[in-house]
Amino acid sequence: MKASYFAWVRERIGKSEESLQPPEEVRTVGELIAWLAGQGEEYAHAFANPKLIRAAIDRTHVKHDNPIAGAREIAFFPPMTGG
Amino acid sequence: MPSATIRVQAADFDMAAEVAALTAGRRDIGAIATFIGLCRDEDGRLASLELEHYPEMAEADIGRVAAEAQSRWPLAGLTIIHRCGRIEPGAQIVLVAATSRHRAAAFAAAEFVMDYLKTRAPFWKKEHLADGTSGGWVAAKEDDAAAAERWRE
Repeated sequence: MKASYFAWVRERIGKSEESLQPPEEVRTVGELIAWLAGQGEEYAHAFANPKLIRAAIDRTHVKHDNPIAGAREIAFFPPMTGG
Repeated sequence: MPSATIRVQAADFDMAAEVAALTAGRRDIGAIATFIGLCRDEDGRLASLELEHYPEMAEADIGRVAAEAQSRWPLAGLTIIHRCGRIEPGAQIVLVAATSRHRAAAFAAAEFVMDYLKTRAPFWKKEHLADGTSGGWVAAKEDDAAAAERWRE
């Protein structure tokens, strides 16, 4: 699946998008965040506080307990500060 | 439900032109409520704001906020414009213009849209400071979450 990162999540990881192949046992958004946090120092930094991470699957906002099966694109970003 | 006009753009906007578009040829509109959000200089500390957004989601998310506003109040029209990219103090960031037969719906809808945009639209603000350094990313405010929350019945 394609992963996209925004704002300080993007800055900490050092890229705005990439392709991910998580192992099969990674089933939910929260589990994917935990797996990503183990992929290196920059990921550990970006995902150090999962409570501050928001996610969207195929451009729909989702919670951390949402399954990732069938997702084409998953985006991770901090709480939004629009307006 | 009348369609809303929603745009995400780097370019500035002209409130008068947007209001004219909402009222052109209409004789049934009794109220127009507009809100414009500007970039503050934070007492001279800020050189500019950088608004990052998720392009593929931003208009759809704003569209959901607009649809929610239209389902709550009898609006004749609704225009929401949110800028992205680098914005300097004094410049416009966001426009909400709501029209209706009577003022209560227009006022309420404009305020509702702003409260929801703060927490539901995929935009992130980064500060660039007057001394040339980065002030970092603006943190989401508890107040903004509370402002959006108060519209839940």
